[in-house]
Amino acid sequence: MHWLGVTPFFLFALLFLVLPTLYLVIGAFQDAEGNYTLANISQLFTDASIRNSYWVSIKISFWSATIGALAGLAMAIAIVRGGLPPWVRSATMTFSGVASNFAGVPLAFAFLATLGRLGLVTIILRDVFGLNIYAMGFNILTSWGLIVVYLYFQIPLMIVIITPAIDGLKKEWGEAAATLGATTSQYWRMVVIPVLWPSFLGTVILLFANAFGAIATAYAFTGSSLSIVPIKLYAQMRGDVLHNPNLGYALAFGMIVITGLANVFYIWFRVRSERWLK
Amino acid sequence: MKSGRFWAWATFLLGASFFFIPLIATFEFSLRMRRGEYSFDAYRIVFGDERFQATFGYSVIVAVFTIILGVLIVVPTAYWIRLRMPHLRPVVEFITLLPLIIPAIVIVFGYIRMYGSNSPLPFLATARGTDLLLIIGYATLALPYMYRAVDTGLRTIDVRTLTEAAQILGAGWATIIGRVILPNVLIAVLSGAFLTFAIVIGEFTLASLLNRPAFGPYMQLIGANRAYEPAALAIIAFVITWGCMSVIQVLSRFAPRSANRPN
Repeated sequence: MHWLGVTPFFLFALLFLVLPTLYLVIGAFQDAEGNYTLANISQLFTDASIRNSYWVSIKISFWSATIGALAGLAMAIAIVRGGLPPWVRSATMTFSGVASNFAGVPLAFAFLATLGRLGLVTIILRDVFGLNIYAMGFNILTSWGLIVVYLYFQIPLMIVIITPAIDGLKKEWGEAAATLGATTSQYWRMVVIPVLWPSFLGTVILLFANAFGAIATAYAFTGSSLSIVPIKLYAQMRGDVLHNPNLGYALAFGMIVITGLANVFYIWFRVRSERWLK
Repeated sequence: MKSGRFWAWATFLLGASFFFIPLIATFEFSLRMRRGEYSFDAYRIVFGDERFQATFGYSVIVAVFTIILGVLIVVPTAYWIRLRMPHLRPVVEFITLLPLIIPAIVIVFGYIRMYGSNSPLPFLATARGTDLLLIIGYATLALPYMYRAVDTGLRTIDVRTLTEAAQILGAGWATIIGRVILPNVLIAVLSGAFLTFAIVIGEFTLASLLNRPAFGPYMQLIGANRAYEPAALAIIAFVITWGCMSVIQVLSRFAPRSANRPN
């Protein structure tokens, strides 16, 4: 009788979350006739173009997560502990809430209008500063261009997540350190960094997974020219470009493995960081 | 601490310029359509485009149904877990976080393979069925946000006492959830609803792969073919996101902070 109340939820999760995923996972280990095989999985590593797309995806996700986390941390420390007026903090938090949700197709448009060939920044650099960045070999439609675009939602997400952790640094710890004769740099090195470290690493991993699964921004930005895993999967779903449906399942399975592993680490770091935030 | 404050301002201003320059540049670009002068021509063309009206309307309707479906699934579940089955909480919480772990493109890939015309549940056989599958997919993507919003709301009310009081007065389960619990967590539900709306309105991946005429694929199409309209669309999308987040923030001011009585 008690179970009746949660049956709709579990049925929904089973039909529209668990089973569709399982279907792909099982398909990844089958050949076209339905026999079990590891050939698709091993092809993920042997096929140069697939291996390359995983590598590009991992690179973009890693750098956008790392740079986004460091920049977000710097911003968060500035607004929480930098002695800035209170409105700076509340404005930053509000804006971060908006910007962390401003992803996808429109975000790509915004950066094309900024740093594209006719973008405002490109033109100002050319006409005011005499710097023709496109003549200098700059191109925004590259993996580094995409990293800069991703920073637009990665940095705010970091600010939203890490600010509570910085709030959790107790004033008493600073006073205790000062009483014991610690210098400012010792206080940061031996108190602040060890306390923030788990939340920082945890959030980096979250940002990594966030970038790894994203497709809309990249697709609107570069079309299918940038070969990252989600764009490859998109092309495969549109028209079996790999000429092997089961290899497509393996491609999806690889994505789940990477984002899944990332989340295992995230949970592990979060459990460690919560010790300090009580 | 004087130099500390200097660095704080420097960091803040550097960050602020990274976020404001693209917005200013996009706005400026969107005004450039008429040669030699600024005008709102790009906006006039976008708003006058029948496909804009059709796809935007479609996405709004899909978002509304997504919110209804999400509320129908999440509110009774979160309520029941709090009231009767707290030991299941970790399991339910884990399931609601799965959409953050499994990328959206993988989920929709599974849908396309599982619910084709020849399957036992042929959602994709008809256009209406595909619309329904799109709504279901969005409700799945919004599950983490909706569940957390509602669960936070439930934490601030005394679920057990309210339920017992309603039962003594002879209310059934539907009445309790619909007329006692839901009004008490309405602000939390609305926060979840506006976040869902912000996610659904411009979503590209699911709509494109299910071939539905939604706003996200329309924006992508315009981006591939036009020069100034995409910038106008980006500004419109930013304003919509800003609006949804502002509503959430205003709502949070009305939300109760803690239970009137300890649970």
